[in-house]
Amino acid sequence: MTPLPSDKPPILEVRHLRKSFAERAVLADVDFDVPTGAVVSILGRSGTGKSVLLKCIIGLLETDGGHVLYKGESLKLPEVRSQLRQSSSYVFQQNALFDSATVFENVLLPLRARGKGTRKEWEVKVRKVLARMELEESSGLYPAELSGGMQKRLAVARALVTEPELVFFDEPTAGLDPLRRNAVFSMVCELQRERGFTAILVTHDVQEALVVSSRILWLDAGRVRFNGEAASFEASQEPELREFRDNIEALRATLEKSRSRHSPTL
Amino acid sequence: MFAERVGHLALQQLDAAGRWALFGTRAIRHVGAGGALGARLARAIFELGVRCVPVIVIVSAFAGLVLGLQGHYVLSRFGASGMLGTLVSLSLCRELGPVLAALMIAGQAGTALAAELGIQRSTEQIDAIELLDICPEGFLAGARMLSSLFVFPALTSLFVIVGIAGGWLSGCVLMPQDPDAYWAAVHFAIKSRDVFECLLKAGVFGLLTTALCAYQGFYAHRSGEVGARAVGVATVRGIVLSSIAILVADYLITALLL
Repeated sequence: MTPLPSDKPPILEVRHLRKSFAERAVLADVDFDVPTGAVVSILGRSGTGKSVLLKCIIGLLETDGGHVLYKGESLKLPEVRSQLRQSSSYVFQQNALFDSATVFENVLLPLRARGKGTRKEWEVKVRKVLARMELEESSGLYPAELSGGMQKRLAVARALVTEPELVFFDEPTAGLDPLRRNAVFSMVCELQRERGFTAILVTHDVQEALVVSSRILWLDAGRVRFNGEAASFEASQEPELREFRDNIEALRATLEKSRSRHSPTL
Repeated sequence: MFAERVGHLALQQLDAAGRWALFGTRAIRHVGAGGALGARLARAIFELGVRCVPVIVIVSAFAGLVLGLQGHYVLSRFGASGMLGTLVSLSLCRELGPVLAALMIAGQAGTALAAELGIQRSTEQIDAIELLDICPEGFLAGARMLSSLFVFPALTSLFVIVGIAGGWLSGCVLMPQDPDAYWAAVHFAIKSRDVFECLLKAGVFGLLTTALCAYQGFYAHRSGEVGARAVGVATVRGIVLSSIAILVADYLITALLL
């Protein structure tokens, strides 16, 4: 588990965030801090607005109310939003890889967009991160030619090549079989420990969250119902939280049992 | 109630027009976003231009052949067969060339552009570009819009040249027209202002077509449909609106320049 850094101010402060689609309130008064260097996992059932929350924070979705502060400044200001985008990365649930670009070009684009350094330096960085993600030999392939696990690793490589200080992971292991999931997850954990970036992780997987997180947020019916350290989450006897934890674990066990009968190669 | 609905619809259309204008402006203004502009321009010229050459050659050849036949038939009735070159060249240069070439390119490259951007929207690739702090309009549509200012006039010129040759083939080879009179009429008929009008129309049609198709694909998620259906709707809207815009702009430019 990543220790919770206490001496630094929060990198993100989410205040009274609200978001509705048509008449349905997906986020209702969401309030929490993300300490610098911490790994914050957002847990919750499907449809509780976890991905919507990430997209509202990063500015992909307009909010109906509330605000987000990045290093103390409001993300409503375009220059602050640009600053956040320059120093953060986002791993999409469905990867969002550029399908008409090769693996190499996918990872090169974020460096080219930031424009710092020379083409040679970028290429060195791309090769390094591809080697780290065991994708070196696939650098000339297109995303459609990769397996699900490789696509996920490519998405992570693209997110980490710029050495961001904050990374948003939207269900980085969703849709992967246990073998692939463990491989991708352990790579992400290792890289987080090495580089020390702040991470916000949206996941269904309680075990995954407990292993990696310094703080856990449990989102239910558009509100933060639990916000605390992983150990407190695990120990909590609050009936609804316990029910969620136990249901998810039971479902996970069943899925793993059925998947392990025919697990494909990584 | 009826007035309210009409008002609502009018406001929606105005909103869409405003968004489209903003989209086009941002695309051109941030054309360099994401770097590698040269490579993106070269790719756009290939996709919009080179790939459309076969369809342009085929359509222009048959347009010229038909014009030659019809011209021969109609002009002979009035004893004016010597005007065939004038009829074919001016029809193609001032009107048919820019319009038909633009419609053909819109049908081939415009639909491809709308579908490509629509898929990029539905697979969150556009969101990913935005999060890299790259202006997605400039990165995805800017180079295509800029290249259309060169590609459409170039392909229209090709259309006119092949069409005039087609007119010669049907009028002077298949029909008993005098080839010397035909080429002399072509030579004297086309003035520099006709060429200017032809190229101006082609450039305007190019900009309109690429901006409309790119806009439809880029905002495919606002079409009221989702996923593959949204891409289909965006593609259809792209080609329909481009065709209408080409004909409306054709009338306006002709009326202004006459």
